[in-house]
Amino acid sequence: MRDDTRLPTSPGFWRSPLRGPWFTSVLGLVLLAGITVLFVTGLISYAAYNPDLSPVNDKTPDKGILGFYLFSWPTDPHWLYRVNQGVHVTLGVTLIPVLLAKLWSVVPQLFTLPPARSLAHALERISLLLLVGGALFEFTTGVLNVQLDYVFPGSFYPLHFYGAWVFFAAFVAHAVLKVPAAVRNLRRLRAAEPASSQEPAPAPEQELVSPRPDPATVSRRGALWFVGGGSLLLFATTAGQSFDGPLRRTALLAPHGGPDPGSGPNGFQINKTAAYAGITAPETDEDAWRLVVTGRSGTLRLSRAQLRELPLHSAALPIACVEGWSTSDQWWRGVRLRDLAALVGHDDPPDVFVESLQRRGAFRHAALRANQVADPRSLLALYVNGESLTPDHGYPARVIVPAAPGVLNTKWVARMTFGETR
Amino acid sequence: MTPVRRRPVIGSPFQILLLVCSFALAAYAGVRLLADDWFGVALWWVGAALLHDLVLLPLYAVADRAVVQGLGATGHRRLTMYVRVPAALSALLLLVWFPLISGMVEVRYRSATGRSADGFLAHWLLITAVLFGGSALLLALRLRRARKQRPPAVH
Repeated sequence: MRDDTRLPTSPGFWRSPLRGPWFTSVLGLVLLAGITVLFVTGLISYAAYNPDLSPVNDKTPDKGILGFYLFSWPTDPHWLYRVNQGVHVTLGVTLIPVLLAKLWSVVPQLFTLPPARSLAHALERISLLLLVGGALFEFTTGVLNVQLDYVFPGSFYPLHFYGAWVFFAAFVAHAVLKVPAAVRNLRRLRAAEPASSQEPAPAPEQELVSPRPDPATVSRRGALWFVGGGSLLLFATTAGQSFDGPLRRTALLAPHGGPDPGSGPNGFQINKTAAYAGITAPETDEDAWRLVVTGRSGTLRLSRAQLRELPLHSAALPIACVEGWSTSDQWWRGVRLRDLAALVGHDDPPDVFVESLQRRGAFRHAALRANQVADPRSLLALYVNGESLTPDHGYPARVIVPAAPGVLNTKWVARMTFGETR
Repeated sequence: MTPVRRRPVIGSPFQILLLVCSFALAAYAGVRLLADDWFGVALWWVGAALLHDLVLLPLYAVADRAVVQGLGATGHRRLTMYVRVPAALSALLLLVWFPLISGMVEVRYRSATGRSADGFLAHWLLITAVLFGGSALLLALRLRRARKQRPPAVH
């Protein structure tokens, strides 16, 4: 077949002098480290929901052996989920330019002819569809979910979780096949590298290197700085949403960057407002609202005034969302969950099933494990930062548990059933 | 007919074994991923790869080539990075935060978070202005320094 450089199947079609083993290897190794962290923090985040505790916590009931590593989510340190999720989302956003650059650097191989040189090569190319499609699928669903743009085909949790495993299967195979060569490339090129940042004259058969490159407009090192600059810019405009005050204002484009929604004690960030959840003033009114607490010894119906008469305790805990944003510690005050358990006959704190007034929404019900109920900082909070909760933060009462994902800190609590999880 | 050599047709047995293991795990998770809306998920998965490789990448490559050639035609090829960097960074931010910047999730965002989504477009435009402004300033400073260091032309 004649080599027609007008066709992308010809190596001569690709003119950039940047492409080559060094550029691809550096980006590949950055992604190897970064995506490994994303995968691990993702698995940890999944465990934080305690999906094996109750069907209401479990958005992926068919997980099978993929939940092999699940463990009882701890309450210490209380910032565990906040840090894990902040790293997961911020790092994911930061890696986008690296992923795009990596895909750009290897795109000529998509068009290589013949399509397969051997059975092993054919399988590898099929695997690349899982790898490239998977990377884009995971990054896209994540980026859309944190912006509340639920256009993907199904619920975020199963898509992002199962998708991660499909992607990771291809990622591990790719890493095993390519990392030795990537490390070799870097070692060899570093040893041979002259003072200039240009790669030494490549052997003509070296893959990815253009046989008829355009004159350079930037050095390879410069191009790497360019990619790093993109990452830095995304990081700088995102990371602040995990902090309060002036730092949050630096997150100019992140969904929970910029100003707080309100001012004063209840001014901090809101995941879902009362209006969004369909909570109306009449049902949370002092006279109408009762907390129904059920346990071994029966059922109690407590008004907010009665709750206020119980021993109140304080805990400084953050709100940390699966979407990656969080607040610093807020000062919550309310009744200890274990005290409520004791009121209905459970001196040894058991699991609890918490139901919200909310009528729809994936997490209007949540189960907490015994270790979470037992923690003295786990509260049914009535106050935050010295004032009564506002409707948007869960008035009349909300759960707050150290290190728990935001959605398990049920707002507008209506019913708590101790000793049960569904 | 030339005799078919066995090894090149099959390839590395280690690689085959590794990929079969990878496919087994991918299939185990994949049937769960595809359980609800198999067509939609497959469309997103394959579509993401195709959209990136056959649309997004060619688009930005062509745009980049236009900038390089446009500057090259006027003898300013070495200035490429002063245009490429701010343009690409601005486009990157738009790509990542498009739902917020475009305002397409504004209603849900406002109702869920209690905050206005108005700022995102303004912030993006502002960052874009700073990127291009910074690039122009850097270029001006470098040109000035180059002029100072070089003795005046004699011809």
